[in-house]
Amino acid sequence: MSVTEMFSYIQGFLTADQDIREDIRKVVQMLEQTAREILTILQSVHQPSGFKDIPSKCLKARELFCMVQTHIGELKTKFPVEQYYRFHEHWRFVLQRLTFLAAFVVYLESESLVTREEVAKILGVEVDREKGFHLDLEDYLAGILILASELSRLAVNSVTAGDYGRPLRISNFINELDSGFRLLNLKNDPLRKRYDGLKYDVKKIEEVVYDLSIRGLAKEQEAGGDK
Amino acid sequence: MSKREGEGCGRKKKTESAQKTEEYVDRSSPVIEAFKLFQQELDTKHDKYERLVKLSRDITIESKRTIFLLHRVTSVPNVEEVLNEANNRLDAVRQKIGHIAEELGEDDLYQFHKAFMPGIQEYVEAVSFHHFIKHRTLISLEEINACLVFVRDEKTKTKVCGRGLCPGACVLTFQVTPTDYLLGVADLTGELMRMCISSVGNGDVDTPFELSNFLRQIHDGFSYIGNVGPYEVSKKLHTLRQSLGKVEDACYTLRVRGSEIPKHMLADVFSNRAAVLEEDEGAV
Repeated sequence: MSVTEMFSYIQGFLTADQDIREDIRKVVQMLEQTAREILTILQSVHQPSGFKDIPSKCLKARELFCMVQTHIGELKTKFPVEQYYRFHEHWRFVLQRLTFLAAFVVYLESESLVTREEVAKILGVEVDREKGFHLDLEDYLAGILILASELSRLAVNSVTAGDYGRPLRISNFINELDSGFRLLNLKNDPLRKRYDGLKYDVKKIEEVVYDLSIRGLAKEQEAGGDK
Repeated sequence: MSKREGEGCGRKKKTESAQKTEEYVDRSSPVIEAFKLFQQELDTKHDKYERLVKLSRDITIESKRTIFLLHRVTSVPNVEEVLNEANNRLDAVRQKIGHIAEELGEDDLYQFHKAFMPGIQEYVEAVSFHHFIKHRTLISLEEINACLVFVRDEKTKTKVCGRGLCPGACVLTFQVTPTDYLLGVADLTGELMRMCISSVGNGDVDTPFELSNFLRQIHDGFSYIGNVGPYEVSKKLHTLRQSLGKVEDACYTLRVRGSEIPKHMLADVFSNRAAVLEEDEGAV
Protein backbone atom coordinates (compact mmCIF):
# COMPACT_ATOMS: atom_id res chain seq x y z
CA MET A 1 0.00 0.00 0.00
CA SER A 2 1.48 3.31 -1.04
CA VAL A 3 1.72 6.30 1.22
CA THR A 4 -0.95 8.16 -0.73
CA GLU A 5 -3.38 5.23 -0.55
CA MET A 6 -2.81 4.90 3.17
CA PHE A 7 -3.49 8.56 3.78
CA SER A 8 -6.60 8.62 1.64
CA TYR A 9 -7.89 5.63 3.63
CA ILE A 10 -7.32 7.50 6.88
CA GLN A 11 -8.86 10.62 5.44
CA GLY A 12 -11.97 8.60 4.62
CA PHE A 13 -12.07 7.30 8.18
CA LEU A 14 -11.75 10.79 9.64
CA THR A 15 -14.48 12.20 7.41
CA ALA A 16 -16.85 9.40 8.37
CA ASP A 17 -16.01 10.05 12.01
CA GLN A 18 -16.83 13.73 11.63
CA ASP A 19 -20.14 12.96 9.97
CA ILE A 20 -21.17 10.81 12.91
CA ARG A 21 -20.17 13.56 15.32
CA GLU A 22 -22.19 16.07 13.35
CA ASP A 23 -25.29 13.86 13.55
CA ILE A 24 -24.81 13.34 17.27
CA ARG A 25 -24.41 17.05 17.86
CA LYS A 26 -27.75 17.75 16.21
CA VAL A 27 -29.63 15.31 18.44
CA VAL A 28 -27.78 16.52 21.53
CA GLN A 29 -28.88 20.05 20.74
CA MET A 30 -32.51 18.93 20.79
CA LEU A 31 -31.90 17.15 24.08
CA GLU A 32 -30.43 20.30 25.54
CA GLN A 33 -33.46 22.26 24.41
CA THR A 34 -35.84 19.83 26.13
CA ALA A 35 -33.66 19.80 29.25
CA ARG A 36 -33.93 23.60 29.43
CA GLU A 37 -37.70 23.41 29.12
CA ILE A 38 -37.92 20.93 31.97
CA LEU A 39 -35.62 23.10 34.06
CA THR A 40 -37.83 26.14 33.43
CA ILE A 41 -40.87 24.25 34.69
CA LEU A 42 -39.09 23.01 37.79
CA GLN A 43 -37.44 26.34 38.53
CA SER A 44 -40.82 27.83 39.38
CA VAL A 45 -40.87 25.89 42.67
CA HIS A 46 -38.48 28.53 43.98
CA GLN A 47 -41.16 31.18 43.71
CA PRO A 48 -43.36 31.70 46.78
CA SER A 49 -46.45 30.64 44.86
CA GLY A 50 -44.69 27.64 43.40
CA PHE A 51 -44.79 25.48 46.51
CA LYS A 52 -48.48 24.85 46.22
CA ASP A 53 -48.68 22.96 42.97
CA ILE A 54 -45.51 20.91 42.99
CA PRO A 55 -47.29 17.70 41.89
CA SER A 56 -48.70 19.30 38.75
CA LYS A 57 -45.27 20.65 37.84
CA CYS A 58 -43.75 17.23 38.29
CA LEU A 59 -46.40 15.78 36.03
CA LYS A 60 -45.62 18.34 33.36
CA ALA A 61 -41.92 17.59 33.68
CA ARG A 62 -42.58 13.88 33.40
CA GLU A 63 -44.46 14.49 30.19
CA LEU A 64 -41.44 16.26 28.78
CA PHE A 65 -39.26 13.32 29.77
CA CYS A 66 -41.18 11.31 27.18
CA MET A 67 -39.71 13.66 24.59
CA VAL A 68 -36.28 13.06 26.09
CA GLN A 69 -36.84 9.35 25.62
CA THR A 70 -37.61 9.75 21.92
CA HIS A 71 -34.55 11.98 21.44
CA ILE A 72 -32.30 9.50 23.19
CA GLY A 73 -33.86 6.74 21.09
CA GLU A 74 -32.82 8.72 18.05
CA LEU A 75 -29.34 9.32 19.44
CA LYS A 76 -28.90 5.56 19.82
CA THR A 77 -29.28 5.08 16.08
CA LYS A 78 -26.50 7.52 15.22
CA PHE A 79 -23.52 5.37 16.12
CA PRO A 80 -22.56 1.73 16.77
CA VAL A 81 -23.51 0.85 20.32
CA GLU A 82 -20.11 -0.58 21.28
CA GLN A 83 -18.47 2.77 20.56
CA TYR A 84 -20.33 4.59 23.34
CA TYR A 85 -17.20 6.02 24.92
CA ARG A 86 -15.76 7.19 21.65
CA PHE A 87 -18.45 9.89 21.44
CA HIS A 88 -19.20 10.10 25.14
CA GLU A 89 -18.03 13.70 25.44
CA HIS A 90 -20.81 14.90 23.19
CA TRP A 91 -23.67 13.90 25.47
CA ARG A 92 -21.92 13.74 28.80
CA PHE A 93 -22.99 17.24 29.84
CA VAL A 94 -26.60 16.93 28.79
CA LEU A 95 -26.95 13.49 30.36
CA GLN A 96 -25.72 14.89 33.66
CA ARG A 97 -28.28 17.71 33.42
CA LEU A 98 -31.03 15.24 32.64
CA THR A 99 -30.00 13.03 35.56
CA PHE A 100 -30.23 16.08 37.78
CA LEU A 101 -33.67 16.95 36.44
CA ALA A 102 -34.95 13.42 36.90
CA ALA A 103 -33.52 13.34 40.42
CA PHE A 104 -35.13 16.71 41.17
CA VAL A 105 -38.53 15.52 40.00
CA VAL A 106 -38.26 12.35 42.06
CA TYR A 107 -37.13 14.35 45.08
CA LEU A 108 -40.03 16.79 44.80
CA GLU A 109 -42.46 13.90 44.49
CA SER A 110 -41.21 11.56 47.17
CA GLU A 111 -38.30 13.36 48.94
CA SER A 112 -36.03 10.42 48.26
CA LEU A 113 -32.87 9.93 46.27
CA VAL A 114 -33.45 8.63 42.81
CA THR A 115 -31.68 5.35 42.11
CA ARG A 116 -29.56 4.82 39.06
CA GLU A 117 -32.12 2.33 37.75
CA GLU A 118 -34.93 4.87 38.10
CA VAL A 119 -32.99 7.54 36.21
CA ALA A 120 -32.22 5.05 33.49
CA LYS A 121 -35.91 4.22 33.26
CA ILE A 122 -37.00 7.85 33.14
CA LEU A 123 -34.48 8.63 30.40
CA GLY A 124 -35.08 5.43 28.49
CA VAL A 125 -31.53 4.12 28.75
CA GLU A 126 -29.84 1.04 30.21
CA VAL A 127 -27.90 0.65 33.43
CA ASP A 128 -25.40 -1.94 32.23
CA ARG A 129 -23.02 -1.20 29.44
CA GLU A 130 -23.62 -4.62 27.93
CA LYS A 131 -27.24 -3.89 27.18
CA GLY A 132 -26.76 -0.81 25.03
CA PHE A 133 -26.80 2.94 25.51
CA HIS A 134 -26.30 3.31 29.24
CA LEU A 135 -25.94 5.86 31.98
CA ASP A 136 -22.33 6.09 33.11
CA LEU A 137 -21.92 5.92 36.88
CA GLU A 138 -19.87 9.10 37.01
CA ASP A 139 -22.50 10.98 35.06
CA TYR A 140 -25.17 9.78 37.48
CA LEU A 141 -23.11 10.95 40.45
CA ALA A 142 -22.42 14.31 38.81
CA GLY A 143 -26.16 14.76 38.26
CA ILE A 144 -26.82 14.00 41.94
CA LEU A 145 -24.29 16.65 42.95
CA ILE A 146 -26.09 19.24 40.84
CA LEU A 147 -29.23 18.26 42.72
CA ALA A 148 -27.50 19.00 46.03
CA SER A 149 -26.77 22.59 45.09
CA GLU A 150 -30.28 23.06 43.76
CA LEU A 151 -31.70 21.78 47.06
CA SER A 152 -29.58 24.16 49.11
CA ARG A 153 -31.18 26.95 47.12
CA LEU A 154 -34.60 25.43 47.62
CA ALA A 155 -34.04 25.36 51.39
CA VAL A 156 -33.41 29.09 51.45
CA ASN A 157 -36.39 29.87 49.27
CA SER A 158 -38.78 27.63 51.16
CA VAL A 159 -38.01 29.60 54.33
CA THR A 160 -38.81 32.80 52.45
CA ALA A 161 -42.06 31.24 51.34
CA GLY A 162 -42.88 30.34 54.93
CA ASP A 163 -42.35 26.58 54.69
CA TYR A 164 -40.14 25.93 57.72
CA GLY A 165 -40.35 22.16 57.67
CA ARG A 166 -38.76 21.61 54.31
CA PRO A 167 -35.22 22.81 55.17
CA LEU A 168 -35.01 20.20 57.93
CA ARG A 169 -35.96 17.44 55.55
CA ILE A 170 -33.54 18.74 52.94
CA SER A 171 -30.83 18.86 55.58
CA ASN A 172 -31.34 15.20 56.42
CA PHE A 173 -31.34 14.28 52.78
CA ILE A 174 -28.15 16.19 51.98
CA ASN A 175 -26.39 14.83 55.05
CA GLU A 176 -27.13 11.33 53.93
CA LEU A 177 -25.89 12.16 50.46
CA ASP A 178 -22.72 13.63 51.93
CA SER A 179 -21.99 10.49 53.93
CA GLY A 180 -22.63 8.49 50.79
CA PHE A 181 -20.17 10.49 48.74
CA ARG A 182 -17.61 10.27 51.51
CA LEU A 183 -17.51 6.53 50.92
CA LEU A 184 -16.18 7.03 47.42
CA ASN A 185 -12.52 7.15 46.54
CA LEU A 186 -12.53 9.80 43.88
CA LYS A 187 -9.67 10.54 41.58
CA ASN A 188 -8.60 14.06 40.73
CA ASP A 189 -11.16 14.42 37.99
CA PRO A 190 -14.17 16.64 37.18
CA LEU A 191 -16.37 14.56 39.48
CA ARG A 192 -14.02 15.20 42.39
CA LYS A 193 -14.11 18.93 41.68
CA ARG A 194 -17.89 18.85 41.78
CA TYR A 195 -17.86 16.83 44.97
CA ASP A 196 -15.66 19.46 46.60
CA GLY A 197 -18.55 21.87 46.16
CA LEU A 198 -20.93 19.62 48.13
CA LYS A 199 -19.60 20.77 51.50
CA TYR A 200 -20.67 24.34 50.76
CA ASP A 201 -24.19 23.14 50.03
CA VAL A 202 -24.18 21.17 53.28
CA LYS A 203 -22.94 24.22 55.14
CA LYS A 204 -25.54 26.51 53.66
CA ILE A 205 -28.40 24.21 54.57
CA GLU A 206 -27.06 23.77 58.08
CA GLU A 207 -27.01 27.54 58.46
CA VAL A 208 -30.63 27.69 57.40
CA VAL A 209 -31.55 24.95 59.87
CA TYR A 210 -29.62 26.78 62.57
CA ASP A 211 -31.43 30.05 61.89
CA LEU A 212 -34.74 28.26 62.09
CA SER A 213 -33.98 26.37 65.27
CA ILE A 214 -32.62 29.28 67.34
CA ARG A 215 -35.78 31.19 66.54
CA GLY A 216 -37.95 28.21 67.32
CA LEU A 217 -39.48 28.43 63.88
CA ALA A 218 -38.98 24.80 63.05
CA LYS A 219 -40.84 23.60 66.15
CA GLU A 220 -43.62 26.10 65.59
CA GLN A 221 -44.17 24.64 62.15
CA GLU A 222 -44.21 21.10 63.52
CA ALA A 223 -46.67 22.03 66.17
CA GLY A 224 -48.81 23.74 63.54
CA GLY A 225 -48.65 20.64 61.41
CA ASP A 226 -49.72 18.40 64.29
CA LYS A 227 -52.79 20.44 64.95
CA MET B 1 -11.42 18.82 59.25
CA SER B 2 -13.65 21.82 59.71
CA LYS B 3 -16.16 20.15 57.44
CA ARG B 4 -16.37 17.14 59.70
CA GLU B 5 -16.90 19.36 62.70
CA GLY B 6 -19.64 21.16 60.84
CA GLU B 7 -21.23 17.88 60.05
CA GLY B 8 -21.01 16.83 63.70
CA CYS B 9 -22.80 20.01 64.76
CA GLY B 10 -25.46 19.29 62.22
CA ARG B 11 -26.02 15.89 63.76
CA LYS B 12 -26.40 17.34 67.23
CA LYS B 13 -28.87 19.91 66.02
CA LYS B 14 -30.84 17.21 64.33
CA THR B 15 -31.17 15.15 67.48
CA GLU B 16 -32.58 18.19 69.19
CA SER B 17 -34.95 19.40 66.55
CA ALA B 18 -35.98 16.47 64.43
CA GLN B 19 -35.45 13.25 66.29
CA LYS B 20 -37.92 11.25 64.31
CA THR B 21 -36.01 11.74 61.08
CA GLU B 22 -32.68 10.73 62.57
CA GLU B 23 -32.88 7.21 61.21
CA TYR B 24 -32.42 8.61 57.70
CA VAL B 25 -28.66 8.87 58.17
CA ASP B 26 -28.49 5.26 59.05
CA ARG B 27 -25.40 3.30 58.11
CA SER B 28 -27.48 0.70 56.37
CA SER B 29 -29.94 3.01 54.61
CA PRO B 30 -30.59 2.30 50.93
CA VAL B 31 -28.60 5.38 49.93
CA ILE B 32 -25.52 4.28 51.82
CA GLU B 33 -25.92 0.77 50.47
CA ALA B 34 -26.08 2.14 46.95
CA PHE B 35 -22.98 4.25 47.49
CA LYS B 36 -21.10 1.23 48.79
CA LEU B 37 -21.78 -0.42 45.45
CA PHE B 38 -20.71 2.74 43.60
CA GLN B 39 -17.49 2.73 45.59
CA GLN B 40 -16.70 -0.77 44.41
CA GLU B 41 -17.54 0.03 40.84
CA LEU B 42 -15.43 3.18 40.77
CA ASP B 43 -12.49 1.49 42.48
CA THR B 44 -12.52 -1.37 39.99
CA LYS B 45 -12.51 1.10 37.15
CA HIS B 46 -9.72 3.24 38.59
CA ASP B 47 -7.58 0.20 39.32
CA LYS B 48 -7.95 -0.97 35.78
CA TYR B 49 -7.06 2.49 34.50
CA GLU B 50 -3.90 2.55 36.61
CA ARG B 51 -2.82 -0.89 35.39
CA LEU B 52 -3.28 0.28 31.81
CA VAL B 53 -1.28 3.45 32.43
CA LYS B 54 1.55 1.36 33.81
CA LEU B 55 1.51 -0.96 30.81
CA SER B 56 1.47 2.07 28.54
CA ARG B 57 4.55 3.51 30.27
CA ASP B 58 6.43 0.24 29.88
CA ILE B 59 5.51 0.15 26.21
CA THR B 60 6.70 3.74 25.74
CA ILE B 61 10.06 3.09 27.40
CA GLU B 62 10.73 -0.10 25.48
CA SER B 63 9.67 1.45 22.17
CA LYS B 64 11.96 4.44 22.75
CA ARG B 65 14.88 2.10 23.40
CA THR B 66 14.11 0.21 20.22
CA ILE B 67 14.17 3.46 18.27
CA PHE B 68 17.58 4.33 19.72
CA LEU B 69 18.80 0.88 18.77
CA LEU B 70 17.51 1.35 15.23
CA HIS B 71 19.37 4.64 14.90
CA ARG B 72 22.57 2.64 15.13
CA VAL B 73 21.97 1.06 11.71
CA THR B 74 23.63 4.02 10.01
CA SER B 75 26.97 3.33 11.66
CA VAL B 76 26.97 -0.45 11.99
CA PRO B 77 28.18 -2.82 9.27
CA ASN B 78 25.71 -5.59 10.03
CA VAL B 79 22.27 -4.09 9.53
CA GLU B 80 20.47 -7.44 9.71
CA GLU B 81 21.68 -8.08 13.22
CA VAL B 82 20.37 -4.75 14.52
CA LEU B 83 17.05 -5.26 12.77
CA ASN B 84 16.66 -8.70 14.30
CA GLU B 85 17.42 -7.46 17.76
CA ALA B 86 14.93 -4.63 17.26
CA ASN B 87 12.35 -7.13 16.15
CA ASN B 88 12.88 -9.18 19.29
CA ARG B 89 12.37 -6.10 21.39
CA LEU B 90 9.24 -5.20 19.49
CA ASP B 91 7.97 -8.72 20.16
CA ALA B 92 8.32 -8.02 23.85
CA VAL B 93 6.37 -4.79 23.38
CA ARG B 94 3.69 -6.69 21.50
CA GLN B 95 3.38 -9.04 24.46
CA LYS B 96 2.65 -6.02 26.64
CA ILE B 97 0.03 -4.83 24.18
CA GLY B 98 -1.40 -8.32 24.49
CA HIS B 99 -1.75 -7.66 28.22
CA ILE B 100 -3.63 -4.47 27.42
CA ALA B 101 -5.95 -6.39 25.12
CA GLU B 102 -6.46 -8.95 27.88
CA GLU B 103 -7.13 -6.22 30.42
CA LEU B 104 -9.67 -4.60 28.17
CA GLY B 105 -11.39 -7.85 27.29
CA GLU B 106 -14.94 -7.07 26.30
CA ASP B 107 -14.70 -3.49 27.46
CA ASP B 108 -15.05 -0.49 25.27
CA LEU B 109 -11.68 0.38 23.75
CA TYR B 110 -12.39 4.08 24.00
CA GLN B 111 -13.34 4.11 27.66
CA PHE B 112 -9.71 3.68 28.67
CA HIS B 113 -8.20 5.08 25.53
CA LYS B 114 -6.42 7.94 27.29
CA ALA B 115 -4.63 5.48 29.54
CA PHE B 116 -2.75 3.61 26.84
CA MET B 117 -2.74 6.08 23.95
CA PRO B 118 0.83 7.40 24.50
CA GLY B 119 2.26 3.90 24.59
CA ILE B 120 0.46 2.81 21.46
CA GLN B 121 1.62 5.87 19.55
CA GLU B 122 5.20 5.23 20.57
CA TYR B 123 4.84 1.63 19.47
CA VAL B 124 3.51 2.74 16.08
CA GLU B 125 6.52 5.01 15.77
CA ALA B 126 8.97 2.23 16.58
CA VAL B 127 7.36 -0.42 14.43
CA SER B 128 7.00 1.88 11.42
CA PHE B 129 10.64 2.99 11.78
CA HIS B 130 11.70 -0.64 11.81
CA HIS B 131 9.54 -1.33 8.78
CA PHE B 132 10.96 1.63 6.91
CA ILE B 133 14.57 0.62 7.46
CA LYS B 134 13.78 -2.88 6.26
CA HIS B 135 11.48 -2.21 3.31
CA ARG B 136 11.78 1.53 2.64
CA THR B 137 8.00 1.86 2.65
CA LEU B 138 5.34 3.06 5.05
CA ILE B 139 3.81 0.32 7.15
CA SER B 140 0.04 0.23 6.74
CA LEU B 141 -2.48 0.20 9.53
CA GLU B 142 -3.58 -3.31 8.59
CA GLU B 143 -0.04 -4.58 8.82
CA ILE B 144 0.31 -3.15 12.31
CA ASN B 145 -2.99 -4.58 13.43
CA ALA B 146 -2.19 -7.94 11.87
CA CYS B 147 0.76 -8.27 14.26
CA LEU B 148 -1.45 -7.54 17.25
CA VAL B 149 -3.36 -10.78 17.36
CA PHE B 150 -2.74 -12.79 20.46
CA VAL B 151 -3.59 -16.31 21.40
CA ARG B 152 -4.24 -16.61 25.07
CA ASP B 153 -2.66 -19.66 26.58
CA GLU B 154 -4.71 -22.34 28.29
CA LYS B 155 -4.19 -21.24 31.89
CA THR B 156 -5.15 -17.61 31.60
CA LYS B 157 -8.00 -18.49 29.33
CA THR B 158 -9.70 -20.78 31.79
CA LYS B 159 -9.13 -18.19 34.46
CA VAL B 160 -10.76 -15.44 32.45
CA CYS B 161 -13.48 -17.33 30.65
CA GLY B 162 -14.19 -19.68 33.50
CA ARG B 163 -15.52 -22.29 31.12
CA GLY B 164 -13.80 -24.54 28.63
CA LEU B 165 -15.99 -23.71 25.69
CA CYS B 166 -13.25 -22.72 23.29
CA PRO B 167 -10.32 -25.06 23.87
CA GLY B 168 -6.95 -24.21 22.37
CA ALA B 169 -7.37 -20.96 20.51
CA CYS B 170 -8.86 -18.03 22.34
CA VAL B 171 -7.91 -15.22 20.05
CA LEU B 172 -7.57 -11.65 21.24
CA THR B 173 -7.01 -8.73 18.96
CA PHE B 174 -5.93 -5.20 19.61
CA GLN B 175 -6.88 -2.56 17.10
CA VAL B 176 -4.76 0.54 16.71
CA THR B 177 -7.14 3.38 15.89
CA PRO B 178 -6.47 5.37 12.71
CA THR B 179 -5.89 8.48 14.81
CA ASP B 180 -3.23 6.81 16.90
CA TYR B 181 -1.66 5.50 13.74
CA LEU B 182 -1.62 8.96 12.24
CA LEU B 183 0.00 10.52 15.29
CA GLY B 184 2.55 7.72 15.48
CA VAL B 185 3.50 8.27 11.85
CA ALA B 186 3.86 11.99 12.52
CA ASP B 187 6.39 11.14 15.23
CA LEU B 188 8.16 8.83 12.81
CA THR B 189 9.11 11.75 10.60
CA GLY B 190 11.22 13.23 13.38
CA GLU B 191 13.16 9.98 13.62
CA LEU B 192 13.63 9.90 9.85
CA MET B 193 15.07 13.40 9.95
CA ARG B 194 17.59 12.36 12.58
CA MET B 195 18.45 9.29 10.55
CA CYS B 196 19.01 11.43 7.49
CA ILE B 197 21.41 13.80 9.21
CA SER B 198 23.39 11.00 10.83
CA SER B 199 23.66 9.04 7.60
CA VAL B 200 25.11 12.08 5.88
CA GLY B 201 27.61 12.25 8.68
CA ASN B 202 28.63 8.72 7.78
CA GLY B 203 29.19 9.56 4.14
CA ASP B 204 26.09 7.79 2.90
CA VAL B 205 24.86 9.94 0.01
CA ASP B 206 21.90 7.84 -1.17
CA THR B 207 19.84 7.53 2.00
CA PRO B 208 19.20 11.28 2.41
CA PHE B 209 17.57 11.48 -1.02
CA GLU B 210 15.46 8.43 -0.36
CA LEU B 211 14.44 9.87 2.97
CA SER B 212 13.58 13.25 1.58
CA ASN B 213 11.36 11.59 -1.04
CA PHE B 214 9.61 9.53 1.58
CA LEU B 215 9.17 12.46 3.94
CA ARG B 216 7.73 14.54 1.12
CA GLN B 217 5.16 11.83 0.46
CA ILE B 218 4.17 11.75 4.11
CA HIS B 219 4.02 15.52 4.20
CA ASP B 220 1.73 15.53 1.17
CA GLY B 221 -0.43 12.94 2.89
CA PHE B 222 -0.76 15.09 6.00
CA SER B 223 -1.54 18.17 3.92
CA TYR B 224 -4.25 16.13 2.22
CA ILE B 225 -5.83 15.38 5.58
CA GLY B 226 -5.40 18.98 6.69
CA ASN B 227 -7.62 20.02 9.53
CA VAL B 228 -10.15 17.23 9.15
CA GLY B 229 -8.15 15.31 11.69
CA PRO B 230 -7.93 15.85 15.41
CA TYR B 231 -6.31 18.89 16.93
CA GLU B 232 -2.99 17.17 17.71
CA VAL B 233 -2.44 16.43 14.03
CA SER B 234 -2.22 20.09 13.04
CA LYS B 235 0.30 20.65 15.83
CA LYS B 236 2.46 17.81 14.58
CA LEU B 237 2.20 19.05 11.02
CA HIS B 238 4.22 22.10 12.02
CA THR B 239 7.05 19.94 13.38
CA LEU B 240 6.83 17.80 10.28
CA ARG B 241 7.43 20.87 8.10
CA GLN B 242 10.56 21.71 10.09
CA SER B 243 11.89 18.17 9.75
CA LEU B 244 11.22 18.19 6.04
CA GLY B 245 12.99 21.53 5.73
CA LYS B 246 16.10 20.17 7.43
CA VAL B 247 16.18 17.07 5.24
CA GLU B 248 15.69 19.08 2.07
CA ASP B 249 18.49 21.43 3.08
CA ALA B 250 20.78 18.47 3.64
CA CYS B 251 19.96 17.09 0.19
CA TYR B 252 20.56 20.48 -1.33
CA THR B 253 23.99 20.75 0.23
CA LEU B 254 24.82 17.25 -0.88
CA ARG B 255 23.90 18.06 -4.46
CA VAL B 256 25.81 21.33 -4.55
CA ARG B 257 28.93 20.30 -2.69
CA GLY B 258 28.85 16.65 -3.71
CA SER B 259 30.04 17.43 -7.22
CA GLU B 260 33.02 19.35 -5.89
CA ILE B 261 34.26 17.25 -3.06
CA PRO B 262 35.29 13.59 -3.14
CA LYS B 263 32.92 11.30 -1.24
CA HIS B 264 35.27 10.41 1.58
CA MET B 265 35.66 14.10 2.42
CA LEU B 266 31.93 14.76 2.68
CA ALA B 267 31.71 13.59 6.24
CA ASP B 268 34.22 16.28 7.22
CA VAL B 269 32.25 18.96 5.43
CA PHE B 270 29.09 18.04 7.28
CA SER B 271 30.72 17.62 10.65
CA ASN B 272 32.35 21.06 10.19
CA ARG B 273 29.02 22.52 9.24
CA ALA B 274 27.41 20.98 12.25
CA ALA B 275 30.16 22.37 14.48
CA VAL B 276 29.73 25.85 13.03
CA LEU B 277 25.97 25.62 13.51
CA GLU B 278 26.36 24.56 17.10
CA GLU B 279 28.71 27.43 17.79
CA ASP B 280 26.22 29.83 16.29
CA GLU B 281 23.45 28.46 18.44
CA GLY B 282 25.68 28.66 21.49
CA ALA B 283 26.50 32.31 20.75
CA VAL B 284 22.83 33.17 20.43
